[in-house]
Amino acid sequence: MLSNQLMPYLVVAALLLIIGIYGIVQRRSFIGMLISTELILNGAGLNFMAFNRFLAPDPATGQIMTLFIMGIAAAEAAIGVSFILAVYRHFRTIDPTKIDELKK
Amino acid sequence: MMTAVQYLLEAVFWIFMIVTVMGGLLAVKARILMHMVLGLALAFLGVAGMYAYLGSMFLAVMQILIYLGAICIVLVFGIMVGYTPRQMVEEKIRGENLLLAVPACVAGFVLLRIAIARSRWLPASERSTDFTLKSVGLRLLNEYSLAFELVSVLLLVAMVGAVLVAMDRKEDR
Repeated sequence: MLSNQLMPYLVVAALLLIIGIYGIVQRRSFIGMLISTELILNGAGLNFMAFNRFLAPDPATGQIMTLFIMGIAAAEAAIGVSFILAVYRHFRTIDPTKIDELKK
Repeated sequence: MMTAVQYLLEAVFWIFMIVTVMGGLLAVKARILMHMVLGLALAFLGVAGMYAYLGSMFLAVMQILIYLGAICIVLVFGIMVGYTPRQMVEEKIRGENLLLAVPACVAGFVLLRIAIARSRWLPASERSTDFTLKSVGLRLLNEYSLAFELVSVLLLVAMVGAVLVAMDRKEDR
């Protein structure tokens, strides 16, 4: 039974982390980077829940940590989207490589 | 011997795993922004199913409510408000970046996979089997009350800040 082992959950969480990092590195838009960040946070939550189910002394702790991750991810998404709107209004572009005022 | 129901549960678990990974890949590989959010929603749905297999139906429901119901909608809203239809398709990434990013990520995954396989995961000596929502709520308001309050303050600040940042002020024009 694969669903009763720790390993598959950890592998899927590691895959989510790596996919998210890949997305942050190669995306050409701010919203794509935000989406990749959400994937990484989801991988972290899945890890918490897996350890909570198979190893932890108290099964409530991991669930609480995952709830905190969800709350912080919601705050991060709201701030991120509002930043994207503000940046677009200020610079009139969505290309992250063109927003380099500090470099000049 | 496994019964037919167990086989069915196992098959559904496989489907959830595949949906999670494929959704994640779609979220980073799709060039149309709406397809990215669709892939993200698929990945969230798969993770919600895995939460259900991990013994917490409450977290599965919260995952669907918060991630699918709130975050995906906020992202779609951001795309529709901030981007013109032509900008909703990303330009293709240049070759050398892709050539570096893919091997680096594959190597990172292989390293993580080796670390996972070689570690010895020891369960705690005394494990309670109390997966109920009641114990989660009690702990949230006793041991973790400070963190709980901090997260709620953070959410409030983030909401007010998001409105302030996105607001169209006159002096900006």
